[in-house]
Amino acid sequence: MLDFISRMLGKDSTASKNVAKERLRLVLVHDRASISPHMLNQLKEDLIRVISNYMEIDESAMEIDLSQDEREVALVANIPIMKMKRDYAARG
Amino acid sequence: MGEVIVVTSGKGGVGKTTTSANIGTGLAAAGHKVVLVDTDIGLRNLDVVLGLENRIVYDIVDVTSGNCRLRQALIKDKRFENLYLLPAAQTKDKTAVNPDQMRSLAKDLRSEFEYAVIDCPAGIEQGFKNAIAGADRAIVVTTPEVSAVRDADRIIGLLEAAELHNPKLIINRIRPQMVKRGDMMDITDILDILAIDLIGVVPEDESIVISTNKGEPAVMDPASRAGEAYRRITKRIQGEEVPLMNLDVPDGIMNRLKRLVGIR
Repeated sequence: MLDFISRMLGKDSTASKNVAKERLRLVLVHDRASISPHMLNQLKEDLIRVISNYMEIDESAMEIDLSQDEREVALVANIPIMKMKRDYAARG
Repeated sequence: MGEVIVVTSGKGGVGKTTTSANIGTGLAAAGHKVVLVDTDIGLRNLDVVLGLENRIVYDIVDVTSGNCRLRQALIKDKRFENLYLLPAAQTKDKTAVNPDQMRSLAKDLRSEFEYAVIDCPAGIEQGFKNAIAGADRAIVVTTPEVSAVRDADRIIGLLEAAELHNPKLIINRIRPQMVKRGDMMDITDILDILAIDLIGVVPEDESIVISTNKGEPAVMDPASRAGEAYRRITKRIQGEEVPLMNLDVPDGIMNRLKRLVGIR
């Protein structure tokens, strides 16, 4: 009963503007990333630098990309490890 | 030294020309010497929105290619002391002018006018590059719709890349009823997404159609809601702090009853 009343009086939670906002958010992640492959390259270089503090990786086989399903965009990285370093201190 | 403001959007039909005409007219009405520049070569419209279409002799291509002096091409609006229009050419296309010529033109305009308002064409190609070439600051116009906001985002990226930092946003054609129902994105939604400063919000208003029919910008119509929004934007451009218009829809008994029963 309460549920029925609250549905009558309440806002429709699938209001189309929220759908619009979500779609825009996702589409802009892609737009902004694809406009700047330069940015993804920089990101890749920065990642290599940080990860190399902890392990030796195969830089040539490393893959970084944006993956998208219906509801989210994720940065996915595949980084083959050659060796873990014994000493984790950051090296210059 | 004057200021060159470019009004751009990416998406077509969101209100660049209407906005340019209204803020140019508003600034002139406030006592400044203003030139409006139509860079939509081949598809000119600023002249028609201002009601000056019958007075075009020379155009921007004539000026940049040296066929005539700037003074000969400028059309003085008889309704105002200080408002001039530099029309676009209708029989050429956007390759008739290049960014270097625009920069040189902007320099000349800066020395003669307090404000030069450049109406940018839709798109991101030559027309856009020409329009932003000489600009000091940019205003981005969008409507609360997915495609317009997406294009605005692209344009903002291109403006930043061209060193036109800190562009300001105008949200045009907002419909408070739809916003209230959750069927249209509101100001906060759009600012969240685009993350630039807001300089004004203009409501959807039939008086805009009427003002274009007559060639009389709505900013001069005291009864026009869109006109009031443009009046406030004009003040903000001059540096004044003005609160946003109250776009709230009056909530009468019938509306409340309708919502209660579930009728929209």
